[in-house]
Amino acid sequence: MLNPSLVNAVYLISAMMFIFGLKGLAHPRTAVRGNRIAALGMIVAIAATLLSNRFDWHYIILGVAIGSVLGAVAAMKVKMTAMPEMVGLFNGFGGAASILVAGSALVAVTQQAGSSPDMQMKVATVATGIIGSVTFFGSYVAFGKLAEFLAVKWKLYLWQRVIKYGFSLIIAAGGVWLGVSVMETAGKPISVGIMLSGLLIGLILLSKKDRFPGMDALKIAMTIVSLALGVMVVMNPANQMLFWLMVGAAGVLGVLLTLSIGGADMPVVIALLNSYSGLAAAATGFVINNNVLIISGSLVGASGIILTQIMCKAMNRSLANVLFGVMGPTSDTPSDDEVYAGKVKATSAEEIAMLLDGAQRVVIIPGYGMAVAQAQHAVRDLANLLEQRDIQVDYAIHPVAGRMPGHMNVLLAEANVEYDKLREMDEINPTMAQVDVAIVIGANDVVNPVARTDPNSPIAGMPIIDVDKARTVVVIKRSLSPGFAGIPNPLFAMDNALMFFNDGKKAILEIVNAVKEY
Amino acid sequence: MDGFVMILTVFVLAIVVGFEIITKVPPTLHTPLMSGSNAISGITIIGALVLAGQMDSSHLAQVLAFVAVIFATINVVGGFLVTDRMLKMFRKKD
Repeated sequence: MLNPSLVNAVYLISAMMFIFGLKGLAHPRTAVRGNRIAALGMIVAIAATLLSNRFDWHYIILGVAIGSVLGAVAAMKVKMTAMPEMVGLFNGFGGAASILVAGSALVAVTQQAGSSPDMQMKVATVATGIIGSVTFFGSYVAFGKLAEFLAVKWKLYLWQRVIKYGFSLIIAAGGVWLGVSVMETAGKPISVGIMLSGLLIGLILLSKKDRFPGMDALKIAMTIVSLALGVMVVMNPANQMLFWLMVGAAGVLGVLLTLSIGGADMPVVIALLNSYSGLAAAATGFVINNNVLIISGSLVGASGIILTQIMCKAMNRSLANVLFGVMGPTSDTPSDDEVYAGKVKATSAEEIAMLLDGAQRVVIIPGYGMAVAQAQHAVRDLANLLEQRDIQVDYAIHPVAGRMPGHMNVLLAEANVEYDKLREMDEINPTMAQVDVAIVIGANDVVNPVARTDPNSPIAGMPIIDVDKARTVVVIKRSLSPGFAGIPNPLFAMDNALMFFNDGKKAILEIVNAVKEY
Repeated sequence: MDGFVMILTVFVLAIVVGFEIITKVPPTLHTPLMSGSNAISGITIIGALVLAGQMDSSHLAQVLAFVAVIFATINVVGGFLVTDRMLKMFRKKD
């Protein structure tokens, strides 16, 4: 058994390893090693913990075994296009773990005769419960929206229905069961409250729309209720059911906050929930008075906040606007006809091959559509083919392209595109005028010049990739349908733009064949 | 109170360090950054392990912590492995 000072010293080493590990992520060359250093830091922390005391090993071994198998299988099986869903889900697990640790610590302290939690522990327990619950339920909603089974009207696959209805049922039934079973001990108001919050969460999750009347009022109400219950937990920590009622109320809040956020804002939400999961871990550190939890949690919290800021800036929107605003066409948005009528030129693979034959510099601008069409490998083949003909090919990546920060980069890396070809928006924009052909695949709002020209547009001021300045722009798209912002894109009607109406992957394959035959 | 100020100090300093390091991560690596930092937030596992293994504790406290161990382990194991898998894909032309 290690003595407590030694254990804390080892925790310090782990904390340093996390910091140096994250530092390694500053460059793709050092990133693999950085991640492994952080992983080693985790193993060191776990080992020190297990040697710190004499334990009842049953639950420890069983829990670690189950978690390891599930985690490893998920990590090995997940497709790169599904990374946003996975990260969304894992944020939630972090939140859940934090709530449970705080809840367990509360039970352990209050049931011990003669001991009562101090102020720091009480406040931290409340913070952990609220942040953790918003994280868990918010992440579940983010996961459900990314996996397209929450807040949608279309027909679901069997696995989607199993998760959607299963989760709703478990939460609703769990709330009712817990409420009924503590009716005697916790008092009627609390047990009814627990039942209600379980039912409310279960019910809201079945909604087929992401907004409903009275939603904003309910958000405010649940915020007040959660905080008020938090104060009550601090005043009366011995009644553990108050804590679980607070977790339930915060859960309703987490569901509401995330449900109303649209698809284009998913990168912001995922980053924000990432930050919350870190803050929940840090708050847990205050509950059990543990520095390594506080340090690691703050690192993750800071990371999530920075990513959130970057994403908001890339959309020229404030965080408040993302969380509470509604984005969409306004009354003075021009109609599709005004923008497109008679001006859109459709093209063919052969014509594109001809254009590419005379090009020296080509830039590819990927968007979420590339991920949906799984076109990243085909795109890479096209780029290789062009490079063999001494054409310079780069990729221009908008910060909010895709469903999470860095989503496009991972997909292209998976397709063996070298990382130094993945250019940032600010780096490539000044040279856009020298680009002979810009190929836009599956992106729309992030290349809409209206952001620069029309101050009344919903995307006004959003930094965009200036593809309209390239000599020729080829847009690969199924139709003229709008992007997430719901507005028409005048780029498609510009003189230097050609539309190739096709599925992303098929389009690229056709271009590859046409280039080969040209 | 002194103890609280001490760990508050640690908290604030760690956030500052976090900001400094994370701003240096290039956008290309933002997805692995999220999954990797997510794995690090699985550090709650050490709180969960202690509470799950406490011998003089109530059964309820142990069961809650047991579930926490499962969630945190998924985060740690899954998070680090998937980050490793992703980062290995980022390479220069060889």
